[in-house]
Order: sequence, then C-alpha cells, then structure tokens
Amino acid sequence: MAVTDSLSRAATVLAAVLLLSFGSVAASHIEDQAEQFFRSGHTNNWAVLSLVLSPRLECSGAISTPCNLHLPGLSDSHASASQVAGTTGARHHTWVCTSRFWFNYRHVANTLSVYRSVKRLGIPDSHIVLMLADDMACNPRNPKPATVFSHKNMELNVYGDDVEVDYRSYEVTVENFLRVLTGRIPPSTPRSKRLLSDDRSNILIYMTGHGGNGFLKFQDSEEITNIELADAFEQMWQKRRYNELLFIIDTCQGASMYERFYSPNIMALASSQVGEDSLSHQPDPAIGVHLMDRYTFYVLEFLEEINPASQTNMNDLFQVCPKSLCVSTPGHRTDLFQRDPKNVLITDFFGSVRKVEITTETIKLQQDSEIMESSYKEDQMDEKLMEPLKYAEQLPVAQIIHQKPKLKDWHPPGGFILGLWALIIMVFFKTYGIKHMKFIF
Amino acid sequence: MAAAGAAATDLEVARGRRAALFFAAVAIVLGLPLWWKTTETYRASLPYSQISGLNALQLRLMVPVTVVFTRESVPLDDQEKLPFTVVHEREIPLKYKMKIKCRFQKAYRRALDHEEEALSSGSVQEAEAMLDEPQEQAEGSLTVYVISEHSSLLPQDMMSYIGPKRTAVVRGIMHREAFNIIGRRIVQVAQAMSLTEDVLAAALADHLPEDKWSAEKRRPLKSSLGYEITFSLLNPDPKSHDVHWDIEGAVRRYVQPFLNALSAAGNFSVDSQILYYAMLGVNPRFDSASSSYYLDMHSLPHVINPVESRLGSSAASLYPVLNFLLYVPELAHSPLYIQDKDGAPVATNAFHSPRWGGIMVYNVDSKTYNASVLPVRVEVDMVRVMEVFLAQLRLLFGIAQPQVPPKCLLSGPKSEGLMTWELDRLLWARSVENLATATTTLTSLAQLLGKISNIVIKDDVASEVYKAVAAVQKSAEELASGHLASAFVASQEAVTSSELAFFDPSLLHLLYFPDDQKFAIYIPLFLPMAVPILLSLVKIFLETRKSWRKPEKTD
Repeated sequence: MAVTDSLSRAATVLAAVLLLSFGSVAASHIEDQAEQFFRSGHTNNWAVLSLVLSPRLECSGAISTPCNLHLPGLSDSHASASQVAGTTGARHHTWVCTSRFWFNYRHVANTLSVYRSVKRLGIPDSHIVLMLADDMACNPRNPKPATVFSHKNMELNVYGDDVEVDYRSYEVTVENFLRVLTGRIPPSTPRSKRLLSDDRSNILIYMTGHGGNGFLKFQDSEEITNIELADAFEQMWQKRRYNELLFIIDTCQGASMYERFYSPNIMALASSQVGEDSLSHQPDPAIGVHLMDRYTFYVLEFLEEINPASQTNMNDLFQVCPKSLCVSTPGHRTDLFQRDPKNVLITDFFGSVRKVEITTETIKLQQDSEIMESSYKEDQMDEKLMEPLKYAEQLPVAQIIHQKPKLKDWHPPGGFILGLWALIIMVFFKTYGIKHMKFIF
Repeated sequence: MAAAGAAATDLEVARGRRAALFFAAVAIVLGLPLWWKTTETYRASLPYSQISGLNALQLRLMVPVTVVFTRESVPLDDQEKLPFTVVHEREIPLKYKMKIKCRFQKAYRRALDHEEEALSSGSVQEAEAMLDEPQEQAEGSLTVYVISEHSSLLPQDMMSYIGPKRTAVVRGIMHREAFNIIGRRIVQVAQAMSLTEDVLAAALADHLPEDKWSAEKRRPLKSSLGYEITFSLLNPDPKSHDVHWDIEGAVRRYVQPFLNALSAAGNFSVDSQILYYAMLGVNPRFDSASSSYYLDMHSLPHVINPVESRLGSSAASLYPVLNFLLYVPELAHSPLYIQDKDGAPVATNAFHSPRWGGIMVYNVDSKTYNASVLPVRVEVDMVRVMEVFLAQLRLLFGIAQPQVPPKCLLSGPKSEGLMTWELDRLLWARSVENLATATTTLTSLAQLLGKISNIVIKDDVASEVYKAVAAVQKSAEELASGHLASAFVASQEAVTSSELAFFDPSLLHLLYFPDDQKFAIYIPLFLPMAVPILLSLVKIFLETRKSWRKPEKTD
C-alpha cells in the first residue's frame, strides 16, 4: 500500500515536472513588442488572395487554392500637390483559396469574384498573386464547364477571359504561400509568381477556406497556424516589404487567425469570431453547391459601389455584413495600424492610382541627318536579305518523335510490402515455433 | 537456511538498487544531454556584435579636391605658402542613425606651365579643351582652377564656372584673407558638384522618417544591380497611321552613349516593341477653342494601368523595368495634348511616373493627311522623342539639377546628356543608399534570427552574412579615403550578399510546433521510461533515509 501511495505521488510529481518543463518552453514563444515605425504614404498595392477550404459544408472556411497575387498599381492618398497627380504607392494583392474538392466551389467563387472587382478598380495582373487550390471551372462535376458563378441563377460568371491564376492546384501549399509572402523564393521562379512589393507598397491579403481556432487548412492535408502567419508578417516587416497591410479572412473562427499579429501597420478583418462558424450564402439548385459565402458576398456588394475615385473609408468596410445578415459576427483589428481607419480610403488598398508628374524639361540632342538616311537604306536592304525560317526547321521534329523511352530506375520494395511480409513471418513463427526455420533455409 | 535466503535476497536487493541507480545515472547523465543536443536546430554562428556595430558606423565621405592657383590669383606672400592641404569637414544633419560626415580635402598647388597657358586663353571652352589632354580623373575627385580676379576667361559678373567634366573655375582675390575666402568659394562649388544635403537625403529617403511627401525625394529608382529599359510604340489606329520609328538607330545614337556614361551605376539592357490596338484607357476631351483633344492632369494617373498589362514588362527580367511609351493618338482623337493644372498644353506633351517610366504623346502632323489615302505613313522624329525620353530617364534616375552657388555659370551638358560629375553625384548617393540598405537588411536579419529561435541557419547563409559585413566595412573605408569607384562596387557587393542571405529559401524552415503536439510526441516516449526510474530512485532514497534513522533510534 505504501508502494502504491508512493507510486501515485511520484506519478503526480513526474507529471508536474514534465508540465513545468514544457510550459517554460512554450513561454518562450510569447512575442515581444514590435518596434513602431511610421511611414507616411504608400506606393503600391498588392493583393494576396488565398482560399482555405474546411470540410463542413456550412463553414465558409475554404481550403486554400492558389490565388493569383495581384499587385495593384501605385497609389497614394489623392493628389493635392501642384505638379503631382495621383498617389505613389503601388498596391499588391495576394488572393489565396486553400480549398480543394467540388463541394468547396464557393471558396473559389469567393476569391474569383473579389479578384474580378479588384481588377475592375484598375489593379493589373502583374500586381496580383492568385492562388487557387482547385479548378472548379473545368471540374468534371461542373454542369456548366468553363464558368464559375457567384450569384444564384447564374447571373455572374466570374471566370472570365482574363483570369490569371499564378499558383494552381497542388502548388498551393503552406510553404509556397509563406515563400511568396516572405520573398524567399528559389531564383528560377518567374516574375508573375513573386510578390514584388517594396517599402511603399500596400498589400491586401485575402484568404478563404476551412479554418479553426488558430489554424487554416490547406489542401485538406496541412495547416497554417496563426503563429506562423504572424511570424511571416514579421519577416515581411523586417525587410520592409510592405508599407501597410490589410488582411481579410473568410473562414470559420477567422478572428483567431489575426489574434497573434505583432508587426506594425497591419489591419485585419475576419468573417467570424472564435467559436463561430462562417456560413455560406445560397445554394444553386442547377449547379448543386453553395455558390458563395455570406461575408464575401456582402463585401462584394460593397466593392461594386467603389470606383477608383471614391472616398469611402475603412469604417464602412467594417460595417459590412452585420450579424443579422451574416449570422456570424465579423471582427476586425486595427490596434497595430498607425492611421485612424476613418482616414484610410478603400482605394488605398483596393484601387490603384499612380503618382504622375508632368515632364517639363528636355535635353538638347544633336541631329545626325546623314546617318539617318544611310541607315534607312541599310534597313531596306536588310529586309530583302532576311528570309523567315520555315516552321519545320525550327524544331528537331524527327529527333523528338523517335526518342526512346527512358528506363525507370529500380527501387527496392516499399515499406508496406516489407512490413506485410514481416508480419506474416512473425505470425508463422509464433504459431509453429522456431524449429521450423530449418525448413526454410 | 532462512538466514542464507535472507542474505541472498539482501544481495539481490543491493544489486537491484545498484542497477536502478546505474539506469538512472545513464538516463540522466548520458540520455538527457544527448536528446537535447540532437533535437537542437542547426544554427551557424553569425557576427551579431559586428552587425550591431554597423548601426553605429560613422560614414566619412571624402572628396579629394585639387586646387590649382595661377600666378595672378592670390597675393604673392600667399603664393609662397603653396603647396599645402586644407581639410574642410562638415557633418550632414540628417535624422538617420548613421552619422555622415562630408570631408573636402583640398590640396592646394601652383599651376604648371601648360595650365597657365590654357587658362589665359579667350574662353572657358577653349581652356577646357586644352586642359583636357592629361588623364581622366578618378571618380569622385575634382579639380578647381583659381584664376585672377580680373581675368577675362569668365564673363565679368560670374564668379565661378562648373564644367562638364570634373573641373571648375573660380575667381581668385587679392586680399589678406585670400585663402579663406577662396576656400569658402571652392567648397561651395565642390559641394554643388558632389555632395549636398539634399543628395544624401534623397538617397536615404526610404530610411528616414518623413513628415511630408516631397516629390523630388520619392522619385528616383531604388539602387539595383541592373536596369531594363523598354521603349514601346503604341499605335491604337493602324488603319489610319502606318507608323515607323527608327528605334535601333536612335538607341544607338542617343540612348547608348547616355547609358555608357552611366555604366558605372549598373548594367543596362534596352529593348523595344510595337503594340497595335493598345488604347490609353482614358477618353480624351474635346476642346473646341483649339479644336484639339486634351487629357487633363487628373486623368493621367488612370492611363498607366490598363496599358501596363499589355507591355509584357513582367516577362522581361528580374531587374527593375523602366517603360517609355510613345503613343500616336488615333485619327478620331488627333491632335491630342496634355494639359497641366493651369489648363495650358504641356510643351513636351509627356508625363512620367516615378519608378515606372514615362509616356509621350506624338501627334501626327496634319499636313500629312491632306493628299494621301489612309493609312498615312508616319515617320517618327526620333530626335524630338529621345530628347524627352532622355530627360525623363535622368529624372527617374534622380539626376536632378544641382544647387548651384550664386553667380556661377553652369556649362551646357555634354553630347551624351550627362555631365561626369553628375555621375559622381549619383555614385555617392547610390553608395550611401546601398550601405544604408545593407545595414538595415543585416540588422533585420539578425533581429529576426534572434527573435524566432526556431529558424535553421545554414552555413552558406552565414558565409553570405560575413561577406556582407566585410563588404560594408570595406566600402566605408574606401569612402573615407576618397576612392569612389571601389567604394561603390563594394557597396553593391554588400547589398547583393545581404539580400542573398536574407532571402535565402532555406530560412523558411520554421520549426514551429504547437504545445499540444510537443506533449503528444514526448509523453509516450519519455513517460514509460521515466516513471519506473523515478519511482525506484524515490524508493531507494526513502529506504536509505529509513536506514539512517534506524541506527539513531536504537542509540
């Protein structure tokens, strides 16, 4: 009895010791104070759109699909100086849809509709990184192929002519997303897949998919935690990759994703609080899935009224989708942001107006008229001499057609087969004993 | 029998106790440190102290000035004192953590015979041509010639002259305090040709806290290893205009010499394209008074974005791209003028956007429409176009008009469009900017790696950091000794290495595990092993305590 007593006491002591040790390790993860550094004005806008899909149909979290990063053009607050028109910051957008599978159609539709309205406001594709995790338009279950609708009765096809998806399908991973944000991209990545923002850029990051308390699910197999996201933003801040950042997330328990941010100049909006689900808007009987999520639907209605010259500010965006319409309570976080939200225009992030100056001076150049004439004659002669290459000669077609297939390397049998055989042999020897080994060797 | 049995069990108990103690010893002494070491993330050592030392770096920018006195320029007894060296040092008051001091090292000497001869010729241009024979001066250095007070080399009311190469001419004075007065004039001229506060402020514009926007400071391109310049001809109406432009010849004749003069500042590559049916995206308004169309200033910012997607600049290269567009308006909207804020048409008919490029509108002469059938052949006058584009290129690079001291004659630009000392100013500004950027990057990297203790630091990242730190220090030394060219190269190396280190793809492996995952991994491994060991240790300890107490009791 004494032994059992001591046993139980020892067990509690041990548990306490272990808990303490792990607790101290966890404490080291508490973030420090961020340095505050004010920068007036911004030079360009970027958007990162990502969709994250969650498994429950009603939940508006979506698995991330790669969304094109849109970098909006340069824009500042509206021009007032004498020679200068427009603003100087560039806008950069990152749109990430993290959801996979047909029933997460609404996440792709979310991302594409906001992408469309942002492009309407003037942001070029070179400034947008769009990440879509799955292809809904060409999904075999789509009754209307090559379309993605965002309204009931198929009113609006958001999969138009000029949708440029930068990261698609299995390229949308947490690693790629973090690489895009922090800029730690392998050197062979093309320009369209990079977030080329600088210290004057305003960045908009939109994520949608399936989320939970403190994480966002990517591709149904991995997740990004709010701490990783906060650390990624801190890395962006340290390298001054943004001037101001707007983070919009439309998932279940979305507010948990922005709880851990600690870098300055970040404003965050979420579609639901911790413990709440974000709901989808409406199903379409013809397509058979829910078309959009509520929060994004109302944000979209809000954006439809914005034009490049509008003066609406962020406080209006915070009022979008109250609880009566959205069922969940949208939240926002502005304590890290330097400016007052009522002074922040929507077009500071969503629109794009470049700073422009009139050129008033020229430099004097000497005219070389004789050279001009002779070069003109040379050009004419060159044109006659040049013959266009025939198509067939440009590629070594014969060589390509008659290539032999490469031999595949031999690999030893995989772990599963080995494990299965080991199990069979073990069972055999257990039943019959070791003396039967001699029958094998 | 029982005693033997008891002795045997005692032996067993003792052996068991020893075994338990050894187990515990091995687990704690060997196992725990081994586990700790093997689960550590690999972090190569970084020179943290040196990096924090970089923040307190004092930059001393030295401009070596050679001052040549002709015979009549200063009183005789002053002339006896030549040659000697005077240093004029001044701290630049900028709200930046690095202190910057500007140092003009003036080496005074007497003029040589051929210089005297050259400086007594009729005009400054002749004098310069004669003085041009000796070798090119090193980047960053200046030569100032002091002529007599009444010399006719300069126009009477002008006190000084700044030439296109790194030379200047200043009037001397016959006065007791000649050297002081002339010294001040020389410093003024030298500052205009090399470093002034606004040059450095523009270079450090991204690192200084700004209270208000300044168009000048926000305009220049960031320093980079290379630049891509694209000339595009936009022809929205090919049915009416058959536009030809001799871009290759124009680039060869006008742009290439300019870029060759700037070649010390980076690698340049030039390409060109013609885009058909490319609209501007903004509808011009009709002005009945002049029966022409105009674009007013407020609609200009909306012009660029719709066009940019068609320019293909994203496919060009990873260097910053400067786009120069020549737009030939369609027949329905010809002629098209750009109006400034007062409503007057702009002389150049062009506008530019910082860090992006410029757009010029080229109106087709109405005389060409008269007789011919559509489409009319339009030959673009490349000289007029290149004058505007090169001026925009200068502005976009930040080569602004210098602060010329009063009564100073500024020579006209050379044929390339760039004066040599303007290049020097650019190199000074770029070196300082590169050093500031490299220092900020290294400091940020050090802070980041310190804050997020889970990041793996590989050896090549560490070696890039060491290289960057060494390059920053070398560049600061070279700036202090006045070697501008090598300082600039070292500063570029510093920026490249620090960017490579910061953006290394391997730095992404944040080994972050949430706490519940850590518990889930370690408890099944350690708990089954630790519980018996700890329990047996506790038992041994209690028994030993009991056995100590027993002898006390009986005593």
